[in-house]
Amino acid sequence: MNDAMPRWADIVLIPIINLVLALLVSGIVVAMIGENPFEALVFLIKGAVGSAYGWGYTLFYTTNFIFTGLGVAVAFHARMFNIGGEGQAALGGLGVALVVLTVPWPHWLLALPAAIVGAMAFGALWAAIPAYLQARRGSHIVITTIMFNFIASALMVYLLANVLKVPGSASPESARFIEGARLPNANDLLPFLGFPRSTPLNVSFLVAILACVGVWVLIWRTRLGYEIRAFGHSEPAALYAGISPTKIVMVSMLISGGLCGLMAINAVMGEAERLVIDPVQGAGYVGIAVALMGRSHPVGVFMAALLFGVLYQGGIEVQYEIPGFTREMIVVIQALVILFTGALDNMVRAPVERVFLSRRRQPVAPEPTTPSQPGGHPEKGQAEP
Amino acid sequence: MSVIEVIQLLDSALRLATPLLLACLAGLFSERAGIFDIGLEGKMLASAFLSAAVASYTGNVWMGLFAGIGASLVLAAIHGVASITFRGNQLISGVAINFLASGLTVVIGEAWFALGGRTPQLSGGARFQAITLPFADAVADVPILGPVYAQLLSGHSILVYVALLCVPLTWWVLFRTRFGLRLRAVGENPAAVDTAGVSVVGLRYAAVMICGVLTGIAGAYLSTALSAGFVKEMSAGRGFIALAALIFAKWRPWYALGATLLFGLLEALGNRFQSLDILGVTVPTQFMQALPYILTVVILAGFVGRAIPPRAGGEPYVKER
Repeated sequence: MNDAMPRWADIVLIPIINLVLALLVSGIVVAMIGENPFEALVFLIKGAVGSAYGWGYTLFYTTNFIFTGLGVAVAFHARMFNIGGEGQAALGGLGVALVVLTVPWPHWLLALPAAIVGAMAFGALWAAIPAYLQARRGSHIVITTIMFNFIASALMVYLLANVLKVPGSASPESARFIEGARLPNANDLLPFLGFPRSTPLNVSFLVAILACVGVWVLIWRTRLGYEIRAFGHSEPAALYAGISPTKIVMVSMLISGGLCGLMAINAVMGEAERLVIDPVQGAGYVGIAVALMGRSHPVGVFMAALLFGVLYQGGIEVQYEIPGFTREMIVVIQALVILFTGALDNMVRAPVERVFLSRRRQPVAPEPTTPSQPGGHPEKGQAEP
Repeated sequence: MSVIEVIQLLDSALRLATPLLLACLAGLFSERAGIFDIGLEGKMLASAFLSAAVASYTGNVWMGLFAGIGASLVLAAIHGVASITFRGNQLISGVAINFLASGLTVVIGEAWFALGGRTPQLSGGARFQAITLPFADAVADVPILGPVYAQLLSGHSILVYVALLCVPLTWWVLFRTRFGLRLRAVGENPAAVDTAGVSVVGLRYAAVMICGVLTGIAGAYLSTALSAGFVKEMSAGRGFIALAALIFAKWRPWYALGATLLFGLLEALGNRFQSLDILGVTVPTQFMQALPYILTVVILAGFVGRAIPPRAGGEPYVKER
């Protein structure tokens, strides 16, 4: 850890400053297109958390972003930058659809575990090839995962248009899932909370919370997690300690792809209840913003996913309230969050560190001049080619 | 297929290869200087939007082109500040720029034109018109060579010829000038350039800005020459195909021409045929669309002609470690 500032400043203060900067710039953009940013913000928050209807969608999006955020975060710990969440989640959808459509499931309690296995297996499979090429052939993981997103999208269009399509139907989507594989939504489980009958929030949200706990245990409480973190901090040191780089790259990317694939149980099985073209809807990319903001920690990922859930649902509501406002504004906010927390991190970090250093009264040993990589920030995600 | 059909196909391939070529050369400058740029897509998109918007306001396509280059330069400057001045992660910065462009073009487009993220249809002087090369009509009747000259080479907008001229120009700048030598050195060993008393930061900014200009032209070509107006997400992954072509070309200008022409041909084939029958096997159009990416992965894997990126690529330069 960087000792220039206390830990809370690193994990709470800096992300908040970054977020405020991102929202500030977004507000300026909203003002420049002639709308009132404060009015937009009020509508956004009201639309996202002002009703049980809003909460249903907010937490539905949150569930997606937790899965992809955790996926990107696990890869970050091994200093791998997985941009392929989009493709891995799409393949996860294929896995879910194959599992659900081939077996006449009697009850969702049986279907869900099988679907989880299907989603994770297909997501991990799609991450396996880039991971292998990175580990054994030295191909840059970022480039290969980007390429695999496009390959996945072409593959899914082909499969939906030619293989999975219901014969006689014009729309490129699979058959509707059977009733026995229907995941209960928030209205089924907690009818007294007032969620509408068609709320998309479903039992996958609980799976997402379990995944957060699972990732925490994996990264900070297991031998494998220690090896992943050690590898992420210093590859030569890890190598010296007898940790196999190939194994860590492969395993961390497989877990990462599996977690991204898991998103499909929420989006495909929980909501659409059939496989449609592009069920991911950019959630794989949101995962990057979520992991960066959440400092690759499951608690942080959960909070950041909730924030983006609010932004996504709220953004849809704002466009109904303000005519000239389009929901792509959310993409702008997302871009700015990625820019400030990821790329311009040093811009915020350096002044904050200086403030903390000047406040410290005791004479401090001169700072080591290695500002490029303040030790131990796996979220910097410097995947070495 | 008759000769005419082949020529039409190649003509369409050249048209479609042009934005890829410009973006690929843009990436070439940036990456040769050690700055990874996965934000080519975003810069193209921003330029496509602003050039179409300004061209429709002023009715003058050249104003549009300059505005588009301006938009692309702003994003390039953000990338430069993030990855050179603040030594941030270049890949993350590129991702942010792609989203920024993807969001802002629609938000601003809706605010200005209220056409669901599109700009008005461009016509007349607001578009780049086809240029007939000299003697094209005269030689059109000559067998084989006539149609090749009159239909394949002649009759494109000026930006196509600009893009083609950029190939020898890029080669000359990079491999025959002092600036080019330094620029390549800064991508391989920035410390050595610094020791020689040349500004690493200055060179890298120059490379990033050249990249901005070229992606700006590429974007303007998309909305004012290839089509008549801006449509939401119209770059459609071309920035990433250009990135793929750059790797395919092993960061070399002439190879870049070959790679982008190949990828342009694949796109032209995909547009023309819903599915292709090759030796009795039906190849779906989706496979053709995915082929550039598949080829790039194969090249990256190093099984066929290994691609080795500039050594200092992606690493921020710090004077003293």
